[in-house]
Amino acid sequence: MGVSNIRVPDVGEGVAEVELVEWHVKPGDTVKEDDVLAAVMTDKATVEIPSLYTGTIVSLGAEIGETVAVGATLVTIEHGGEGGDVTAEIEVEPEQDTPAETAKPATASKPVPNPAVAAPASGSARAPRAEGVAPLASPAVRARARNAGIDLRQVAGSGPAGRITQGDLDAVFAAGPGGASTGGGKRQGSEDIRIIGLRRKIADRMALANSRIPHITVIEEIDVTALEDLRATMNQTRGDKPKLTMLPFVSATLCRALLTHPEMNAHFDDDAGVVTRHNPVHIGVATMTEGGLVVPVLRHAEALGPFATASEIARLAEAARTGKAKRDELSGSTITITSLGPLGALATTPIINHPEVAILGINKMAVRPMWDGQQFVPRKMMNISASFDHRVIDGWDAASFVALVKRLLENPAMIFMEVEA
Amino acid sequence: MKHESCKILIIGAGPGGYVCAIRAGQLGLDTIVVEEARAGGTCLNIGCIPSKALIHAAEEFHVAAHLAAGNDLGITTTAPAIDLRQTVAWKDGIVKRLTGGVGTLLKKARVRSIAGRAQIVDGKTVDVETADGPLRITTENLVIATGSHPQTIPALPFGGDILSSTEALSLDAVPARLAVVGGGYIGLEIGTAMAKLGAQVTVVEAAGRILPQYDAELTRPVMQRLEALGVTVLCNARAEGFETGHLVVATDDGPQKIAADKVLVTVGRAPVTQGFGLEDLGLTMTGRHLDVDDRCRTSMHGVYAIGDVTGDPMLAHRAMAQGTLVAEAVAGYRTNWDKRAIPAVCFTDPEIVTVGLLPEETPDSAVAMFPFAGNGRAMTLGRDDGFVRVVYDADTELVLGIQAVGAGVSELAGEFALALEMAATLTDIADTVHAHPTLGETVQEVAMKGLGRALHI
Ligand SMILES: Cc1cc2nc3c(=O)[nH]c(=O)nc-3n(C[C@H](O)[C@H](O)[C@H](O)COP(=O)(O)OP(=O)(O)OC[C@H]3O[C@@H](n4cnc5c(N)ncnc54)[C@H](O)[C@@H]3O)c2cc1C
Repeated sequence: MGVSNIRVPDVGEGVAEVELVEWHVKPGDTVKEDDVLAAVMTDKATVEIPSLYTGTIVSLGAEIGETVAVGATLVTIEHGGEGGDVTAEIEVEPEQDTPAETAKPATASKPVPNPAVAAPASGSARAPRAEGVAPLASPAVRARARNAGIDLRQVAGSGPAGRITQGDLDAVFAAGPGGASTGGGKRQGSEDIRIIGLRRKIADRMALANSRIPHITVIEEIDVTALEDLRATMNQTRGDKPKLTMLPFVSATLCRALLTHPEMNAHFDDDAGVVTRHNPVHIGVATMTEGGLVVPVLRHAEALGPFATASEIARLAEAARTGKAKRDELSGSTITITSLGPLGALATTPIINHPEVAILGINKMAVRPMWDGQQFVPRKMMNISASFDHRVIDGWDAASFVALVKRLLENPAMIFMEVEA
Repeated sequence: MKHESCKILIIGAGPGGYVCAIRAGQLGLDTIVVEEARAGGTCLNIGCIPSKALIHAAEEFHVAAHLAAGNDLGITTTAPAIDLRQTVAWKDGIVKRLTGGVGTLLKKARVRSIAGRAQIVDGKTVDVETADGPLRITTENLVIATGSHPQTIPALPFGGDILSSTEALSLDAVPARLAVVGGGYIGLEIGTAMAKLGAQVTVVEAAGRILPQYDAELTRPVMQRLEALGVTVLCNARAEGFETGHLVVATDDGPQKIAADKVLVTVGRAPVTQGFGLEDLGLTMTGRHLDVDDRCRTSMHGVYAIGDVTGDPMLAHRAMAQGTLVAEAVAGYRTNWDKRAIPAVCFTDPEIVTVGLLPEETPDSAVAMFPFAGNGRAMTLGRDDGFVRVVYDADTELVLGIQAVGAGVSELAGEFALALEMAATLTDIADTVHAHPTLGETVQEVAMKGLGRALHI
């Protein structure tokens, strides 16, 4: 049994490097001699690189889209012969210089896959090991998969003896949920899905919030044209800072509005009959994950500028999505923002994150014709839907809070001004 | 009747129950644990801890006696004597400290501990007769953690000179002649300790050899040591009755009389599932144990079972792991029993540790062995009997099981379990630097041996 590195061959014509455009194998795959390992592209043609051995792929030397030098390791393969380094042999006819002729149709016609999706174990629906064979993974990997609702039996392991590594899990997260097949014909049967774990918690919390809190929801339309201009300008000149989405501005708006409406940044302990108003603004940011909705907390939003807010939100969302969020990053919010992003609908009825008293939902932005008194003009419009605990927040206060939020968002300079809004 | 309610109610404060309660308390669940005897259960009061205390005292005594008889180490001393009453008092002191500690931990986790015997009314209601009168507790989740008690045999009912492990651990004098019925780990642990304290010990075992759940290779060093300690082992023998001074035993060669002042019966442990209303729940059983799934759920919604009541292996650390699991499940965590290995330790002399598969359980795999005779540390301890053995998949090097027999190897159990739980390969172990000189070096060596590159053999 030997392990060999198969190296990128010289594709001729003095080409010193190639771009890797497609993998045909992933770690753990068994290949036969002459099976295609990968496709690389020179400046003229796509070339397939075959295996020199029958054996098992141990690791890949590059990612899709990377430029790889001739002579660099393409794959490491375990096989029956002696170990060592070898260079793949390919048949190219460098004289023919029209790409269409040298390119093998199978690869040339395929789009270059997204590197993340091409990573090992890209959520394939087929089990990567025989029925009944338990997946191998350390307890930490198992716990992370469990928390994210991932069935390890469906994950290929790239580690020794097929052990599933944290990296293999990362690849599954990066690939996202696998596409379900849609066949024709009538479908039969049903599937019972037990509501457990995170989903169960969400269900309990929603039921609690909805049964105990009489909600009042106020919906308002906002002209965010000016805010969008500001956002675009800030993004253009941001340098290496994170890109700003709408969220950091909404967060800043909330913090500003809460100065005038401290009653909204509160918890209501209805057993004790006590409303606790909080000085810090810890904003819960409702985030979708594989396992369901989680609400990581942006702590002290009042002390963060837009860029700091953006990078903290990105960090929290990533932690939540990959099941790495810590307990205290998922608790202690004082008010919540929920957004369905580009799916955001016209209006929603957000459910308050118990025991908070207010929640702000952001709806989808769209260019709509608005009457300016004389004519219709295209404006960027976005609705907001805000719910309040009607036991402790009156409709009047709810409406005036929403009106203030509208005023701030429509006049973004006011968000960042020290004067009374 | 007074009334209380809670989110999770645990019956029994053994290692299963008290760990479940502490974890539940940590997770903020409103938790009650009911215990009729003492916190710590079998393990702390009459099991693991007291037996290991006795084994330690016996070993100290034995070493002293051995030294007095002349030795290569150049040590002189005179023949020791033992006051077993004082030994037992010392052991009781340890038990008291530990059980007191459990009480404090429960309090710290804000668990309500209630003293009294639980009587199940239904899956959500339990009555307890407490010192302050009767109490009814309603709960959302019920956890059965009532443990086990020594199995009896009709021919030898406990009482008088017929002892269970409980009495054997609290004797006030070393019996001159002790017959042990049952050559499992409990009988051998206590039997060996008594032999070291000077008793004339005979072990009577119905099967063909002692510790029948292990293979002969593993138990051989224990057999040799028993012989050296003067313990008589009678296999294929069945105890039939006791007449003062004699245990009557049926063997293939006909009945035999074994001189004995006391008889210790250790023929297994039976789960405690009766006499407190559990029968009326009609839960699904597997044999005499409660049937549970991979989340320790019984067949009734909201009723869980952990520890010895759920069957083999009846070990304290398994009970604890199940206790943690149930607390987390009730708190809403996505969790299930997905352990690859539960280590088992036999505190005989030498000790036996097994984790994962034995060679005979996976005949297609490969086996490597490394003897303590090739280990410097074992020699300096004056005990180079025994070995470490690894069972692995020859194709992938994946470690499937690790066993050891040798003096002091119980402390290697953690490394073995970690290796299996992490899905380690031979290379993982062989490439881990092990400190020198330690017994643990044999673990690295046995992995290297599997890879064909052992250094010290
Ligand atoms: C001599 C001996 C040595 C041992 N050595 C080891 C060892 O070295 N390592 C190891 O891992 N294991 C060892 N064990 C086994 C270990 O003690 C058990 O596996 C462990 O205690 C099981 O824990 P448990 O929580 O399931 O039950 P238990 O520890 O048996 O606890 C059950 C508790 O429930 C209480 N209870 C029962 N019914 C009721 C009721 N109706 N109301 C209120 N309370 C009730 C009991 O009083 C008891 O305290 C040994 C056992 C013995 C006897």
